[in-house]
Amino acid sequence: MSEKTGTNITKAANGSPKPSSPNSDLKNEFAAFLNYAPAPESSEHIEIKDRYQHFIDGDFTEPVKNRYFKSINPATEAVLSEFAEGTSEDVDAAVKAARKAYDKQWSVLSGKERGKYIFRIARMIQERSRELAITETMDGGKPIRESRDVDVPLAAAYFFYYAGWADKLKYAFPGKTPVPVGVCGQIIPWNFPLLMLSWKIAPALAAGNTVVLKPAETTPLTALKFAEICRDAGLPKGVVNIVTGAGQTGAALVDHPDVDKIAFTGSTEVGKIIQKSLAGTSKKYSLELGGKGPNIVYDDAPVDQAVEGVINAIFFNQGHVCCAGSRLLVQEGIAEKLIEKLKARMDSLIVGDPLDKNTDIGAINSKMQFEKIEKYIEIGKNEGAEFYQSSSELPSNGFFCKPTIFTGVSQSNRIVQEEIFGPVLTIQTFRTPQEAIEKANNTPYGLASGVWTDKGSKIFETGKSVRSGVMWSNTYNKFDPTSPFGGYKESGIGREGGLHGLYPYVNLGH
Amino acid sequence: MPNRVPVLKTYKTYVGGKFPRSESGRTYAIKNNKDKPVANACRCTRKDVRDAVLAAKSAFGGWQNRSAYNRGQILYRMGEMLEGRKTQFIEELTARGGKEKQALHEVEASIDRFIYYAGWTDKIAQVFGTINPVASPHFNFSSPEPTGIVGVISPEDHPLLSVVSLMAPVIAGGNTCVLLAPQFNPLPAVSLGEVLQSSDLPGGVVNILSGYHNEMTDHLTSHMDVNAILNASGDKSLRKLYDENGSISVKRVKHYVPENWLSESVEDPYLIQEFMEIKTTWHPVGM
Repeated sequence: MSEKTGTNITKAANGSPKPSSPNSDLKNEFAAFLNYAPAPESSEHIEIKDRYQHFIDGDFTEPVKNRYFKSINPATEAVLSEFAEGTSEDVDAAVKAARKAYDKQWSVLSGKERGKYIFRIARMIQERSRELAITETMDGGKPIRESRDVDVPLAAAYFFYYAGWADKLKYAFPGKTPVPVGVCGQIIPWNFPLLMLSWKIAPALAAGNTVVLKPAETTPLTALKFAEICRDAGLPKGVVNIVTGAGQTGAALVDHPDVDKIAFTGSTEVGKIIQKSLAGTSKKYSLELGGKGPNIVYDDAPVDQAVEGVINAIFFNQGHVCCAGSRLLVQEGIAEKLIEKLKARMDSLIVGDPLDKNTDIGAINSKMQFEKIEKYIEIGKNEGAEFYQSSSELPSNGFFCKPTIFTGVSQSNRIVQEEIFGPVLTIQTFRTPQEAIEKANNTPYGLASGVWTDKGSKIFETGKSVRSGVMWSNTYNKFDPTSPFGGYKESGIGREGGLHGLYPYVNLGH
Repeated sequence: MPNRVPVLKTYKTYVGGKFPRSESGRTYAIKNNKDKPVANACRCTRKDVRDAVLAAKSAFGGWQNRSAYNRGQILYRMGEMLEGRKTQFIEELTARGGKEKQALHEVEASIDRFIYYAGWTDKIAQVFGTINPVASPHFNFSSPEPTGIVGVISPEDHPLLSVVSLMAPVIAGGNTCVLLAPQFNPLPAVSLGEVLQSSDLPGGVVNILSGYHNEMTDHLTSHMDVNAILNASGDKSLRKLYDENGSISVKRVKHYVPENWLSESVEDPYLIQEFMEIKTTWHPVGM
């Protein structure tokens, strides 16, 4: 979904299509008969074991209680594999392994040598990128185009970036001597499984910590393949430990007395519970929580680019994005035109088989999430908002949701205030920049926002006034290992990525 | 013996640039080390905390938008004004029986601390901001912005210097704050309001309340409009409460108990950083 291309369907006064660029009428005609042949990525060569154990102290280890969960493909509802349910005994074994590795190996290794292991991991992710991308798509439901072009290459890039920091930490904290925190417990979500793993593990290892990571219960497979990579890379045993399971496993990790730091990415609701359960302890923590990203389109914005940007902001990864631009704020003068174009563009989105290279919107990650989205769509309708869904056809199996927009919403509506985490966009209009900024800031969140305008000074004024950790101007949903990411207000504490992403993983002496 | 009767000072609070009494009208006696009352201070409670948070919230936008240069000038002015009132603060520091020489040392260190942080306001973004060389065709930079409204809980030792050392880094970054004065000797902290008011510091940027901490901290740390807590109280048993209250609205909670307030190691730009948010801005590059 490039920000540089756009659809060009507007109506002239008489109602007939009016081209807004020389070739737009041509595209319009094509659209009538344009149908993509299926282009599925083959998954035959992908080896997914029937059953995965925890990865503790360098080996795949049976869970103490011998209980297993199933991981399904949300696009087909077929079982892909089984994975261990971690109990407090498993977490304890993993933390002990991480502590031993920290004391005996990792903290005594020079930064330079540490870095070389991390570089090696980055390379091995690149080497196995195709396998990882297909696995990610099968396990989580995201379009193969995204896992292939975004998730996996970025995951490798994060390891590559932080590998280089390992022996240069003294330059990151002027006037201070950074020391590692120790054993880090890390809990990651299901929306970008491997990428979130890289955001967590790469800076932790670079700063000299060892980790116990718990992937989400609907998407554990790429983390377990990552465990194989750690093993194959010869990473000292216990430096990275992967314990799978659901909320209780995460809670056991948070509560473990020998964990020095907790890093969590997930909902604000769970983040608050974690922050509360860490109260009174000396554990460090960083939280990357929910969002309700405002995407502000001024009337001087290049409309076609903005429409593409709005589409990318909310429908990227089925809207399972904490920084999604889920609230469109559009200036009154262009609202009608923009919404019309948006609907036309939504109708051209292909919802379906995540493994198909033409697919724009894949499967909703789980039944639970699917039901949550459906519930919010009902809430939106009951709140009296106007509702539009694309004409896309949906597969008969699996969890799929059509791109959805709500217009005529007010600031106090639940669908405007609460994070839906699905392909559901609310649209509000505004008259003055001041009104846009007030509406943008009027939620408890402050993770990311977007602004679309041709005027530079307006970008900077809006950027300064909207309280969010990321401001995408004339673009949206861009990520890079050098670029810090994280929220204001209830969207979290601390930053991940870039130089600032090292802070949560060091203690600063004088 | 002179037969003039000295005029005693009524100590009030400093909220929104004004000097109101506590809403309840209650006071408590400040006693010297011989248990003899030397003054009365306002005994603030929940309503006063709320009013102070409101004042801090109203002042936030304006203070944040002051230029870094201007914030530096105002912090410098605060140091200047304190220099001119040394005698008053020495009296208040010794009111409870402290030594005059130590009090002088504390006042001078407090002045120097304002000057130290005055110099940081326009450097913090340069030292802690970055330009990020992203791989895609975008210009990308990160710079610190203030977190918002900070609740500050003072310790009992060095009742002027600790208060200055906590307040200065918080407001240097563009935050506003509600500061609970040391409970047993709030006099220098409360009088500091007079210094602030005559330093061109906009009303509401710093709000100072006196009273029993256990009647205020619960409300301050759980207030939904407070974005961060700077807790310098040495009482570790209270940390859990403050942390739990913080989690209600994902507050940044910093427990900060330096060994020696007089030490230069208390002067720390990383303390400014604790109450700043990194904002990252992206823009496409292309013709």
